[in-house]
Amino acid sequence: MELLGLYYYWIFAILLMTGFYAVIAKLNLIKKLLGLSLFQAAVFLLYITMGKVDGGTAPIFADGATEQLFSNPLPQVLILTAIVVGISTTALGLGIVVRIKEEYGSIEEHEILETDRQ
Amino acid sequence: MTVFATLLDILSWLLLSVGGLFVFVGGIGALRMPDLYTRMHAASVTDSIAPILIIAGIMLQAGLTLASIKLVAILLFLLLTGPTASNALASAALLAGYRPGNAKPLDEEARQ
Amino acid sequence: MIVVFGVFLLTLLLITAFAIVRTPNLFVAVMLTGIFSLLLASNFFLLDAADVALTEAAVGAGISTVLFLGALALTAERETAPSSNRLIALLAVSVMVVAIIYATFDKPRFADPDAPVHRHVAPWYLEKTPDAIDIPNVVTAVLGSFRGYDTLGEVFVVYTAGIGVLFLLGKSTARRQEDLDDAPRGLRHYLIPRVVGRMLIPFILLFGLYVQFHGDYGPGGGFQAGALIAASIILYALLEGENRALRVLPRGLLTGLIAGGALLYGAVGVAGMLLGGKFLDYSLLADNPVSGQHVGILLIEAGVGITVTGVLLSIFHAFAARGRF
Repeated sequence: MELLGLYYYWIFAILLMTGFYAVIAKLNLIKKLLGLSLFQAAVFLLYITMGKVDGGTAPIFADGATEQLFSNPLPQVLILTAIVVGISTTALGLGIVVRIKEEYGSIEEHEILETDRQ
Repeated sequence: MTVFATLLDILSWLLLSVGGLFVFVGGIGALRMPDLYTRMHAASVTDSIAPILIIAGIMLQAGLTLASIKLVAILLFLLLTGPTASNALASAALLAGYRPGNAKPLDEEARQ
Repeated sequence: MIVVFGVFLLTLLLITAFAIVRTPNLFVAVMLTGIFSLLLASNFFLLDAADVALTEAAVGAGISTVLFLGALALTAERETAPSSNRLIALLAVSVMVVAIIYATFDKPRFADPDAPVHRHVAPWYLEKTPDAIDIPNVVTAVLGSFRGYDTLGEVFVVYTAGIGVLFLLGKSTARRQEDLDDAPRGLRHYLIPRVVGRMLIPFILLFGLYVQFHGDYGPGGGFQAGALIAASIILYALLEGENRALRVLPRGLLTGLIAGGALLYGAVGVAGMLLGGKFLDYSLLADNPVSGQHVGILLIEAGVGITVTGVLLSIFHAFAARGRF
């Protein structure tokens, strides 16, 4: 059981850095945005993992049952907000990428910098 | 009473296992088949027979409750949209120029 | 059994993430992101986060894929350049992974009920919800009432993103004749998807409305409902053509929806002030405080759903009208 918990956190670490690698090393703007959404997804996984309680259920009161053990509702509220904010920034980022393509003719970073230098 | 419950358990385990086996077969087919259309044909196994078996197995576990009716609704939705998606994919591939019957998958040069 | 499922899903998540970063074909990467979102939603469900799983599936796997595909149609389909500074980036990333893994050994044990995160505020919320708000879904209670101010900020973030995309992509490059007539465009050669899609759209709308109003009793709420309703209209636009979808919900109405939802949320807050309480104090909206909380949560979730629907549809139409299709 100890190892499963650590596995969740290790997957979080590797996903986080995979997304981050895509942001810093890839030259295509859409690849960078995809890497950013991977990064955000890893953070969501970390928070929800920390909210789980052994033997708990989803934090919804069932009719009439007393003494129920619930998982922590607070990380879920935070991550609900975070998912929506993430999609908003992704949509805005995609709008910017489309405009860059129209102005510069390319979405590869080195070609954009080349056009800018001229 | 317990014999009946055990029988239901065994039956639902059987249905779930066979459904899982079909999903596995579909997955292997999608990887090993040579052409786009044969791969779609293999993957469509997971759209048709596998949801029926798996959801039937889960329904036996749920019994005659509201959950079973919801599961039937989910099954109907899956059976309706899965083959439609395969049809749309195959039509799009045909319109894009992939011809069925090629022995190997088309690459950039062969696509007209 | 949960252990096996958890490990399996996490490993699939990892493989999908590597494939997304490695593949040069952007179309493949976007499709893999949809699969990644669905796997993540299953993982959330295993971790008892039902609301979050629904939101991730609706928003991540549904809407995000559509937006990325819209942007891909307007830009490029393949990634043409190899990565730069690969060795330095790999080195930096590996060092960070090792550092984080070293830090995880100090974390509390997984699913420990005595972990520090389960003290302090969370038991207070779980205890107060049946008394003060009396709705079964604690997540909606915290989101709508206890932390309603944060949700107001979130609605305004969605609103800002909608305005931002409309500023960037609002003016089409040319006014085409095809925009003005009413002929069905879209997938007009494809009979089967059109028939099945037309059968499904009313049910998707109905399910979206169900999710909107049952956020108090089960997983659901404004964000998921907004995404579902927007998805049904996007399906209609894909099947019948964007001009017909614009006749269903014109651009002016969508802009009104974007502003109207946020205005409704703010108005509920100000109404609390005008009735003598603080901002976003719902207890004064009805005769007893608990009913006031119900009315308040209903109204703000409606505001959230309206704004999210308007924003997602406006963004979709902005992308769709931009191209030379």
